Amino acid sequence: MTTLTAPPKTAPPPARPRKSPGTAKWKRRIPLLPALIFTIAVTQLPFVATLVISTFQWNILKPGERHFVGLDNFTFVFTDERLRTAVLNTIVLTASVVLLSVVLGLGLAMLLDRRFTGRGLARTLLIAPFLVMPVAAALLFKHALYNPDYGLLNGTLNTVYRLFGADNGPTVDWISSYPMPAVVLSLVWQWTPFMMLILLAGLQAQPGDVLEAARMDGASAMATFRHITLPHLRQYIELGVLLGTIYIVQTFDAVYTITQGGPGSQTTNLPYEIYLTMFRKYEYGQAAAAGVVVVLGAIVIATFALRTIASLFREEASR
Amino acid sequence: MRSTRYALIAGAAATALLATACSGAGAGGSSGGSKSINVLMVGNPQMEDIAKLTKSTFTKDTGIKVNFTVLPENELRDKVTQDIATQAGQYDVATIGAYEVPIWTKNGWLHELGSYADKDTGFDKADLLKPMVQSLSGSDGKLYALPFYGESSMLMYNKDVMAAKGVTVPEHPTWQQIADIAARVDGAEPGMKGICLRGLAGWGELGAPLTSVVNTFGGTWFTKDWKAQVNSPAFKKATNFYVNLVRQHGEAGAPQAGFTECLNALSQKKAAMWYDATSAAGSLEDPASSKIAGHVGYAYAPTVQTKSSGWLWAWAWAMPKTTKNADAASKFMLWASSKKYENLVGAKLGWSRVPAGKRASTYAIPQYQKAAGSFGDITLKSIEQADPANPGVQPRPTVGIQYVAIPEFQDLGTKVTQEISAAIAGKTSVDKALDDGQKLAEDVAKNYQK
Repeated sequence: MTTLTAPPKTAPPPARPRKSPGTAKWKRRIPLLPALIFTIAVTQLPFVATLVISTFQWNILKPGERHFVGLDNFTFVFTDERLRTAVLNTIVLTASVVLLSVVLGLGLAMLLDRRFTGRGLARTLLIAPFLVMPVAAALLFKHALYNPDYGLLNGTLNTVYRLFGADNGPTVDWISSYPMPAVVLSLVWQWTPFMMLILLAGLQAQPGDVLEAARMDGASAMATFRHITLPHLRQYIELGVLLGTIYIVQTFDAVYTITQGGPGSQTTNLPYEIYLTMFRKYEYGQAAAAGVVVVLGAIVIATFALRTIASLFREEASR
Repeated sequence: MRSTRYALIAGAAATALLATACSGAGAGGSSGGSKSINVLMVGNPQMEDIAKLTKSTFTKDTGIKVNFTVLPENELRDKVTQDIATQAGQYDVATIGAYEVPIWTKNGWLHELGSYADKDTGFDKADLLKPMVQSLSGSDGKLYALPFYGESSMLMYNKDVMAAKGVTVPEHPTWQQIADIAARVDGAEPGMKGICLRGLAGWGELGAPLTSVVNTFGGTWFTKDWKAQVNSPAFKKATNFYVNLVRQHGEAGAPQAGFTECLNALSQKKAAMWYDATSAAGSLEDPASSKIAGHVGYAYAPTVQTKSSGWLWAWAWAMPKTTKNADAASKFMLWASSKKYENLVGAKLGWSRVPAGKRASTYAIPQYQKAAGSFGDITLKSIEQADPANPGVQPRPTVGIQYVAIPEFQDLGTKVTQEISAAIAGKTSVDKALDDGQKLAEDVAKNYQK
């Protein structure tokens, strides 16, 4: 087993002599203040407005009926059956996409970590899905792959059936029969490259001497992977999982384009439900309240992400 | 930070609303006394035509410059609703549908237009089809929007397939006859289904044909005194019929199929019949996009208990109360809905592109009769027969055939059709879908019961 002892922490840099602390500090800050105020105005004021709106009953189609309702909208958010389904769907969607794309990304990263001719080309091609616009990717999956008439999946099925002498294969309506997997698959296709990139960076940061030592000690490839590579990758995996989660929780394009949240509300996630509340129901108060709840959830996840990044940096610095 | 994106969108939209609401009073019409108007309209082919023709004709004659903003239907609804509801006053004219007119009129958002139409001697208001006028009027009986084009619904079918199978489609079919025919012609050609019906969730998608079927089966969303009827026996029977028909003989991928998908299915020979909007005929008869152009048969909307069951829809010009250019805007609207404009389109772009379905006189123009030979007559009669005030077997609380004209219906219709779409996908039962829908409808009804 390897026992890595952390090297002693570097001593903090010597403190600089300070000259007239107050005024100098502010002199340095003044040119930045407009930017700061601007940033606060464009990022925080809308949120404050959202908070305010979330305490009103406000349907824009019913002018004159807007009034303060306190926390009623939040009660609605937490008791509404559709929103509960949406929360559940969001969790299922996010967890499965993140998990699958991490596993696939890890596999691809391991392959790309080896030297072979055309590695650069392979890497570029593998990254490509991440660069496709989300709506375009969703349309591609909806029409080119899943369509029961002219989609690639049924086309392939039919060809295989014909090879074995049948007239025609079954016509599978992929989106209606497997709505959640259909959305998940398209997202996994998009997010695997992202995970692959992060994990590849992790693999390439792996110290070669440790691996060589393991080989010299006669460790099998599997054992090396389990006991050396995986622990080393742990933080990279955490980072990928957390960043991925933050983005995938907000998935809108794929749900809107491929399933429209259906059939029923089987693939309706929180962003899509909020969209419906805002633009079909025109209940601004409810939409704002749901938005606030989502932000709070996202902040919790983001805090974990930031901690992981911070610990990564600490480890890099201590190396 | 992106993690807060959705809240920020909501927040930003809200602040924008607040800001526009505050500035609306002072900064409305950008053009003061100058002759320029802003028009917001839906991106349908007929609207794209008018955007092309305006400058060389209307602007040349009147000196009024028209700035068009063209958006797809859903975005248009979002935008126009917010613009008018918040009194932002950005637009002088907007296209809205028959659904919005009574609701917005009640809110006092629209200018009355009947008096403008009466003053214009060349406009001939009496020529407008009665159901159009009725569905674009407020509860005070005054006209609040001028129709640009109108549609009803009908059954369209592939004549060759029917001939090959020895089937005759009656001119006035019943739904049972259609179901029998669908079973007979299912699989007539490889990959061809018996019928295409919308299964895509949405109050304006699946909601439209389904509600017209519910009407003729004797069902309704609400009774006259606002009792929800979504899980009543008639509503259930109609929905079961619709769902079973689609599941047994409907198009592949039905839960995702809307107007466009069905148009493709019929025109690409993937379906033998299709029940939908009369305005689809123009596309079906276009050889550039349709494999069955010239081989399409048309029949009236199938019925069960009612005499007719076609729906009624109009895209119409409305003028928000906030406009400062009422005179110029009314001139534009009167021109766009006039006989003169129809003739202009016919002469310049071809007679099949005339925005039809609003005037009786359109169907007397010989050139139009020739261009719309096979479907013009059925379209006109379907519109004339449509009775938006009384489309079913019982009195209704609102005017409208394939929708309920209350603000809550966009949401209610969308959610209930989501469940029915799931039933078409086999993910839930019709009974469960409608029982859930009944609860939603009861909540809505509470706002109206006295």
